[in-house]
Amino acid sequence: MIRLTRRYRFSASHRLHARGLSEAENRELYGKCNNPYGHGHDYLLEVGVRGPVEERSGRVADVAALDRLVGGEVIRAFDHRDLNQDVPEFASLPPTTENLALEVERRLRRNWSAAFPGEWPRLDRIRIRETKRNIFEIS
Amino acid sequence: MLITRRVEFSASHVCHSPGLSDQENRALYGESANPHGHGHNYAVEVSLEGRPDAVTGMVFDLKRLKEVLNREVVGPMDHRFLNYEVPPFDRVVPTAENLAIEIWKRVAPHLNSPAARLHSVRVYETEDLYVEYYGEER
Repeated sequence: MIRLTRRYRFSASHRLHARGLSEAENRELYGKCNNPYGHGHDYLLEVGVRGPVEERSGRVADVAALDRLVGGEVIRAFDHRDLNQDVPEFASLPPTTENLALEVERRLRRNWSAAFPGEWPRLDRIRIRETKRNIFEIS
Repeated sequence: MLITRRVEFSASHVCHSPGLSDQENRALYGESANPHGHGHNYAVEVSLEGRPDAVTGMVFDLKRLKEVLNREVVGPMDHRFLNYEVPPFDRVVPTAENLAIEIWKRVAPHLNSPAARLHSVRVYETEDLYVEYYGEER
């Protein structure tokens, strides 16, 4: 088995604000991430896939197919967007990077079998670097 | 505990499977199949897993690891055309995946130690594309 990881970048703005909490509670919980007009990040997304090396091609995954899937499902939807206002899932859910990673996973899984019809490769890991100091990972 | 040594080398390659037609190769590998090849600044990270030795405080002597990597990987591959100059890539397509497997085969026999075992080989073909190999059984 080999894991292949591809890096992507997108820049987006967001504001952390939980609907179930008061203004004061949001301020207390999220601090400056709750500032009313939002702020942005240059996100670095790593998508890892896993599988056996295919004999014929010497590869684990068709990287161009992965680029098309991630480009269409994630980058096109998130890049140079305001996550709260432009991504329907974040209309009510706070766009923390935890929720962002789960949303990336959901978007990739819903069209995974169209991009990769066989048993392999499988989605193995999603890692998002929000800033150099904050990194979130699902595997 | 994992300890990792990183080395870098620059090499050219072409992705072309001899079992396929030129057209099939082009469809499969895209511009990586351009007939005269192209190059990358590869980076290789080799990780060993173990516990620090009670006397030396080391999992493995990183100097020794550096020597093995230079002798087995950087020496034979740096500034070479992998397909023409580095077996088995005269018959195995030098994708990053196959490069990681070949590097594992080359270094594993030299990393025997009671305290440490080879954990993974990571090969960066570019900053935005890397593969990790954990050996045959994983």
